[in-house]
Amino acid sequence: MNDGDERIVPPDLVYVFFIRSTAQKVWDALTSSEFTTKFFFGRSVESDWKQGSPWKMVMADGTLDVFGEVLVSDPPRKLQLTWDMDWGDEPDPPKAAIITYDIEQAGDAVKLTMTQHTTGAIPRKYIQAGAQGWAIILSSLKSLLETGEPLIVKMDPPA
Amino acid sequence: MDTEDEAVDGVFRALADTNRRALLDTLFARNGQTLSELCEGRGMSRQAVTKHLVILENANLVASVKRGREKLHYLNPAPIHEIGERWISKYERTRLEALFDLKKALENDNE
Repeated sequence: MNDGDERIVPPDLVYVFFIRSTAQKVWDALTSSEFTTKFFFGRSVESDWKQGSPWKMVMADGTLDVFGEVLVSDPPRKLQLTWDMDWGDEPDPPKAAIITYDIEQAGDAVKLTMTQHTTGAIPRKYIQAGAQGWAIILSSLKSLLETGEPLIVKMDPPA
Repeated sequence: MDTEDEAVDGVFRALADTNRRALLDTLFARNGQTLSELCEGRGMSRQAVTKHLVILENANLVASVKRGREKLHYLNPAPIHEIGERWISKYERTRLEALFDLKKALENDNE
């Protein structure tokens, strides 16, 4: 089973984090609001995380932020999602990205690999802001699982 | 913890080389390059570039994915974030970021 991995378009981002935790805890952190509200800029997540199901991410004030479909769900090893946003009045909105989380045991730690594929051209400012955002989010996830405390980092949306 | 210190040692050793920093800069400018692309205009043998990339990958500063027979290399910021977290407090961060933004704004002025 390797559907979706081999793509013609190479990924835009590949981030690898080693986390002193278990694969199940990393999976739980990515898929339950109890954790995501702490490390994902206050956002909660909703889905049954089954292949083909919808999923969404909601801001603290209830505004829908990100939505998509669960493409691959193999707990606690692999989660692949389409990642779409309401771009509002953006004249040429980017197509949904595909985000893949691969979770594997690496000695005492868990190796979490986050890969981002985009299917169309995306303005550089979004890729850069996204790259910075992902680095902060995943660092905060690592901190939360290892120390019980997330990182507190302020970040403004791209201008 | 020993292993954590060893990992940090590896990151600093990997960064303590002009050629390896240049490779990271190249990936920052354009992520996801092949070995051949990373060799272009570098005046180094393919073997030398490979050796540097292995050191960067072992330090987790570069992540790679296979695409067909090629390997694509990506800048991985995780270890640098961890070093920053260890020695830069949350409060200093906002001030540093403000200074960094100012530096960027000033440097971009003549573009």
